[in-house]
Amino acid sequence: MNPRRKQRLAVIGAVCLLVAGAIGLMLYALNDSIDLFYTPSEIIEGKDGKLPQVGQRLRIGGMVVPGTVSRDSESLAVSFDLVDIGPAVTVTYSGILPDLFREGQGIVATGVLMTDNTIKAQEVLAKHDEEYMPPELAEKMKGIKHVKPENIGGQQ
Amino acid sequence: MWKWLHPYAKTERAYQLCKTLQPWFWSGALLCLAVGTVWGLAFAPQDYQQGDSFRIIYIHVPSAILSMSTYVAMAVAAIVGLVWQWRTAYMAMIAMAPVGAVMTFIALFTGAAWGKPMWGTWWVWDARLTSELILLFLYLGVIALYGAFEDKQQAGKAAGVMALVGVVNVPIIHYSVEWWNTLHQGATISKFDKPSIAAEMLWPLLINLLGFALFIAAVTVMRMRNEIIRREIQRPWVKALAQKALG
Repeated sequence: MNPRRKQRLAVIGAVCLLVAGAIGLMLYALNDSIDLFYTPSEIIEGKDGKLPQVGQRLRIGGMVVPGTVSRDSESLAVSFDLVDIGPAVTVTYSGILPDLFREGQGIVATGVLMTDNTIKAQEVLAKHDEEYMPPELAEKMKGIKHVKPENIGGQQ
Repeated sequence: MWKWLHPYAKTERAYQLCKTLQPWFWSGALLCLAVGTVWGLAFAPQDYQQGDSFRIIYIHVPSAILSMSTYVAMAVAAIVGLVWQWRTAYMAMIAMAPVGAVMTFIALFTGAAWGKPMWGTWWVWDARLTSELILLFLYLGVIALYGAFEDKQQAGKAAGVMALVGVVNVPIIHYSVEWWNTLHQGATISKFDKPSIAAEMLWPLLINLLGFALFIAAVTVMRMRNEIIRREIQRPWVKALAQKALG
């Protein structure tokens, strides 16, 4: 490689490294804001030593604890507990839940922290995991049988 | 080691190479896309949770993966252009840009269409979705910057620098789901572990991935041929080509 090309390559390499470094530092500084949600244990125990304030608008993401989903028979009101690896947080919500909402499913809810462990949600989103498998396999591997209701009806 | 590559810095050789490759890319792309899409959409089993809605994976995942690979390919072309000052490298770069932009758009669009019924929302500003949107803007920026210069050698240089700097975004897109909490799920196939998808669903996905890659290659070599002809319109070999075409 002739010296001029070598020099250009070095300059380009240096520029790329600097840009990567700058962006890296920026993302590191913004780390907290880039996270889409708090986990339940971060709400109860605090994230980086900071507890979220009561009345704060936030997002929470966790698994729906099986057996905690209770629906109001008169309205669309529903409440359920979310956990990750620590304590649970109760979420109350009134509205239509997404298709994938199930016990044991990952959920992201946006709402206001009412007390230190309850959230009144305005929006509930289902977080899908990265696993894809046919129903028969899921039944065999996980012992779960949940296909969307209309699919059961649609099969012969 | 790389001596064999050098003749392709010349536009005529590059043009001939594109012309030779083009039918291979097209036939491979059409074959793979037909097999992969029909297999995926009609014959692959339903997902245990999402039912038929998961089938958008056969369009969404290949377009998303290849929107990133195309960007990397563009950045490699930009390095070759900037360091070795090959004119053909800039031509390859700008030939790829709109194709990559369309792939990014398809990934964003299919993701939104799937997100509405599954997540419950079209869009959420999480790290994966936002960084993919930035990728679209980077593509559009490269195209716009290239178009803004009258002198195409200058244009290539400016757009090349932008393409190169923007490559930082690619690892951010890929690792966004690991570094931060996101609504978007983690990687299913592009990881070192065993893919988290059943084999009978995975095969059509891999075939479609290959099909999308060949499709991008096919459109790129076509666009590259056009670009070479447009830029070299005054050269004797292009004139001879035109004469031959006119009979």
